[in-house]
Amino acid sequence: MPIDILMPALSPTMEEGKLAKWLKKEGDQVKAGDIIAEIETDKATMEVEAVDEGVLAKILVPDGSENVAVNTPIGIIAAEGEDVSAAAAADPAKINPAAPAPAAEAPRQEAAAPTAPAEEAPAAGKPASVPAQAKAYDASSEFPAGAEIVSMTVREALRDAMAEEMRRDQDVFVMGEEVAEYQGAYKVTQGLLQEFGAKRVIDTPITEHGFAGIGVGAALSGLKPIVEFMTFNFAMQAIDQIINSAAKTLYMSGGQMGCPIVFRGPNGAAARVAAQHSHDYAAWYSNVPGLKVVMPYSASDAKGLLKSAIRDPNPVIFLENEIMYGKSFDVPKGDDFLVPIGKAKVVRPGADVTIVSFGIGMTHALGAAEALAQEGIDAEVIDLRTIRPMDIETVIASVQKTHRCVAVEEGFPQSGVTAEIGMRIMEAAFDYLDAPVARVTGKDVPMPYAANLEKLALPNVGEVVAAAKAVCYR
Amino acid sequence: MAVAARQSKAPAPSKAAAKPAKARSAKEGAGQAAPAPSNVTPFTKDEDLHAYREMLLIRRFEEKAGQMYGMGLIGGFCHLYIGQEAVVIGMQMAAKEGDQVITGYRDHGHMLACGMESRGVMAELTGRRGGYSRGKGGSMHMFSREKNFFGGHGIVGAQVSLGTGLGFANWYRGDNTVSMTYFGDGAANQGQVYESFNMAELWKLPVVFVIENNRYAMGTAVNRASAQTDFSRRGVSFNIPGEQVDGMDVRAVREAGQRAIAHARSGKGPYILEMQTYRYRGHSMSDPAKYRSKDEVQRMREEHDPIEQVRARLIREFKVAEDELKAIDAKVREIVNDAAEFATHDPEPDASELYTDILLEPAQG
Repeated sequence: MPIDILMPALSPTMEEGKLAKWLKKEGDQVKAGDIIAEIETDKATMEVEAVDEGVLAKILVPDGSENVAVNTPIGIIAAEGEDVSAAAAADPAKINPAAPAPAAEAPRQEAAAPTAPAEEAPAAGKPASVPAQAKAYDASSEFPAGAEIVSMTVREALRDAMAEEMRRDQDVFVMGEEVAEYQGAYKVTQGLLQEFGAKRVIDTPITEHGFAGIGVGAALSGLKPIVEFMTFNFAMQAIDQIINSAAKTLYMSGGQMGCPIVFRGPNGAAARVAAQHSHDYAAWYSNVPGLKVVMPYSASDAKGLLKSAIRDPNPVIFLENEIMYGKSFDVPKGDDFLVPIGKAKVVRPGADVTIVSFGIGMTHALGAAEALAQEGIDAEVIDLRTIRPMDIETVIASVQKTHRCVAVEEGFPQSGVTAEIGMRIMEAAFDYLDAPVARVTGKDVPMPYAANLEKLALPNVGEVVAAAKAVCYR
Repeated sequence: MAVAARQSKAPAPSKAAAKPAKARSAKEGAGQAAPAPSNVTPFTKDEDLHAYREMLLIRRFEEKAGQMYGMGLIGGFCHLYIGQEAVVIGMQMAAKEGDQVITGYRDHGHMLACGMESRGVMAELTGRRGGYSRGKGGSMHMFSREKNFFGGHGIVGAQVSLGTGLGFANWYRGDNTVSMTYFGDGAANQGQVYESFNMAELWKLPVVFVIENNRYAMGTAVNRASAQTDFSRRGVSFNIPGEQVDGMDVRAVREAGQRAIAHARSGKGPYILEMQTYRYRGHSMSDPAKYRSKDEVQRMREEHDPIEQVRARLIREFKVAEDELKAIDAKVREIVNDAAEFATHDPEPDASELYTDILLEPAQG
């Protein structure tokens, strides 16, 4: 059967071009790969190759023709001795370069269609799904009934979470700088090498990009790595593997390639380590679909959430804080204690104003609530615990009650997590607000080294108190 | 019909820049640095027939993909493997069931070589629901857990760390499989490659690093981007053995692949194979390939074509009749045409797919 040679598109945006020159003439033998013509676009001259073999039976568009539309038949290839009258030549409409070829139109339309379904898809924002009366998540039953409660540091809670999950699942291992022999740069992995051995507790070279990629590759293969970054500042070396490989591969593989990995380590400001060691990345990771982002405050949440993160089949960014490692909290004993990812916790009930924060920001939030109580303002304090997916419903339920909100984070203000909280409240509960949502954040500067400047750069209890009083018009 | 690339009337790159590339290609053409044919273990007739059919499938598939790109059925970027077929086919002939393959964005050939269906690959190229990624990945991002093909990655060099991670998992499980991690001469200059080399050798991971040196990183000739153009030596400072291979001769590829895979499988750690190959087409469909001469491409096609080499052997040494080869050609063409037909008429993904496959549901308990 004769085959039409169509005017090719050379880029996704090309619509027409000039047929500069035929390199074969009618009657010539052509085989696959032979260059048969040259065409010009506004950018370059390109060659047209034959894919099928046969005889160039007819040239439909002559040398030098301008504005030849993509997909116009420009020639016909036939098998030797084949009658070409059945092909495009018989149809005068097809040999007019200006008119798009009818035969070619169908595939063009199909190719253009991908934009259409997106318009019918549900909107990305979820505020509409928040009911008029939102329901707060009840965290009161998270501690197992009757469990013995012990005091434990965040550091010990994280270590126990890893140890318990490594006992439970042979596919779980931990890798990172100084995690094994040195027992952890911040002693979070203390004792793991002794219990689990060098195959499951792996010291890496100081090459974040490489070992993050190795971790993701192992996770794609079905293992469950815990990748420790000495701090999340250093994860910037690895961010391509975290975002482009870990977060996106499930989607790009049509659901085939899950990536069960935890990236964990200290995040945000410690003390006097300056800008390159003090960045809070919560907002960065929170921007990426395909990731879960967890940032616990208390030791029990650190333990319960890390265990959930290790069991989660998705990539989880687990943001810790160096200052919090040594702080003690009540933690239930036993290895069956889990805290669900994606649920906030009302840490202190109150009626007058909602203060919402996460991670070390909770110290400012709770400190402010104490101070406000002295002045007769009853603040409700919510610990988000998970940044993505964000439990905005628990926040909305509180705002519907208090009608006022202050959001607190140590990160930068622009495009910050508190900016997101404020927007989501406005979308879902605008009519409940008696004052604009206020935020207290780290200042919009790289973290300075000098003690006095560092103090100024970070949020504090006084700023939260002032913001709360402002939204209460006090 | 498909489209390839060449000279433009737009300003040509500076002659100073273009010349060394030509000089190198003349002196160090693939095939010349490779072992003489007499040193290569010959294929049996069946092996040659297998290699012929498999390579031809890739070639015809890619020609069809180029044609469909020209028709606007394939969008975005489309990187064809034409000219490099012997690399992945030779390596697959050396591999065992269960070994993994991972590569960059020039991935169609690798998928077909892994046994993935032409229909599913072509339908992904056209962004249809029957594609391997249900239309969400496209040309550069496809996977098959069933066939141990781990992508299809769009970030140059990222697959090297990921492939090392596959090797890590093999080592961790002790399952005696090998990760075959492919990347190009361009990716070979990325930093994470050397981080991965270091850890792969340090931990003796079963990884074969296959560097497909097709002489141009996008439009930049190897000697204009690489201080060390002998890629087999790129692992020297990590004590990783390496060798240069005539990547246009499928027999040489298989033989070197067997050596490298045996090394990795036996617990001795990674191995580097520099496959000296050549891509006939531009970097992507919209590349006019002004950085090389028409003669250079023509010479490679005429003197080193991997498929023609096998075809000539089949006729000359194994006395295979032209008709038998024509029957293979026809069969391959039928598979490719069927794939194109499927990929043209398969529906696009349902709009609801926009919000699926972002996260997996955690198991309960």
